[in-house]
Amino acid sequence: MSKIHLKMKVNGKQVETLADSRELLIHVLREELGITGPHIGCETSHCGACTVDMDGKSVKSCTVFAAQANGADVTTIEGLGTPDELHVLQTMFKEHHGLQCGFCTPGMITRAYRLLQENPDPTEEEVRFGMSGNLCRCTGYQNIVKAILAAAAEMNAAKEAAQ
Amino acid sequence: MIPGSFEYHRPDSVSAAVKLLAEHGDEARVMAGGHSLVPLMKMRMTDIDHLIDLQAIGDLKGISVDGGKIRIGALTTQHELINDKGLAKAAPIIHEASLQIADPQVRYMGTIGGNVANGDPGNDMPGLMQCLDATYEVEGPSGKREIKARDFYEAAYFTALGEDEILTAVEFDAPKGGYAYEKMKRKIGDYATAAAAVLIEMDGGKCTSASIAMTNLSDTPIYSEAAGQALVGSSLGDDAVSAAVKAMDEAINPAEDNRGPVDFKRHVAGVMLRRAIARAAERA
Repeated sequence: MSKIHLKMKVNGKQVETLADSRELLIHVLREELGITGPHIGCETSHCGACTVDMDGKSVKSCTVFAAQANGADVTTIEGLGTPDELHVLQTMFKEHHGLQCGFCTPGMITRAYRLLQENPDPTEEEVRFGMSGNLCRCTGYQNIVKAILAAAAEMNAAKEAAQ
Repeated sequence: MIPGSFEYHRPDSVSAAVKLLAEHGDEARVMAGGHSLVPLMKMRMTDIDHLIDLQAIGDLKGISVDGGKIRIGALTTQHELINDKGLAKAAPIIHEASLQIADPQVRYMGTIGGNVANGDPGNDMPGLMQCLDATYEVEGPSGKREIKARDFYEAAYFTALGEDEILTAVEFDAPKGGYAYEKMKRKIGDYATAAAAVLIEMDGGKCTSASIAMTNLSDTPIYSEAAGQALVGSSLGDDAVSAAVKAMDEAINPAEDNRGPVDFKRHVAGVMLRRAIARAAERA
């Protein structure tokens, strides 16, 4: 079977690579492009650890062929913040102890990023509903929800201050 | 969990997709969001040599609400169904049911066309489309034709769609009166243990029309005309509702699986239908 010439924008940078048509987006990101933020958890579209942002949609990259993402604009946790300059969601996850082992965190934060883009001032219930495609096996969800609500408040305050 | 090898196609028109299907016969499958098909391919439960990705076909996208007629392109995602304000106003039952499908990430990819065409008894839209008496528009080598949702489902994964045809849109009249989609599931992302779609019209305290369809309680969705008829003419009192539940119970044929034994599923089906009737009546 022929290889596909993939062209995508990943974290703001244009990338090109060859991939088998059967390769999943998560595998191309991790193995071809060295972007290991999105994790492989269940690999069955349940856990959300592999969540990335694709053309403004939160998707589980274990359930998308890389070929489907050809031409797409993809953002992973690497595109949201850096160790020196954390995204406000990362800061709030840290402050509110929204992670323990950290395995689910890249997916959680990437999903929360899109949730807050669509709904900048969510209620607790809306956060829980919007995050229901991401599973955490160690902290429970209370502090994750707290961190996202705190990040929303922080982002809204920053927006107001800028006006 | 790596699928077998296949050739990937991304046609930009329905006619090009139909041509590819005709060329490759039963070695080819079309894919919309892929959230039913990709998992099957990963588990190697289906073997496809030619995967035809429909994502680039603009004609398959979009929602139109025009004078009580609703048309939804097959590639419209559940996320789009939920966020379309015109649709939420004209057919709020679609909004209510879409919110209960899978999880947020899956709803960004999952489409109404894939959901209704797949023939999986666990999918929510087929029962809902039967409740709405929707029509599916399909296109194949010899042109377009229409199939009623109530005639579409033959058995699990077997439908009236030809192997060389693509489902392009669903159409239905904006429902009148009250509505409810009640779904019992074990957890977010699971298929229904039982679900009920109900539309009810009332006039002067009497039910003038009722439509009832059930999800995941047989190898096809179950539209029960008898259950709806049991409500018509009544004021939706206990006797009429119990008669509707009995008629529905006679129409379904649930199988035991990890969602529970048959008796439990029949029980849950009854509870879902009672709740859906009560909520639809409140809104009628």
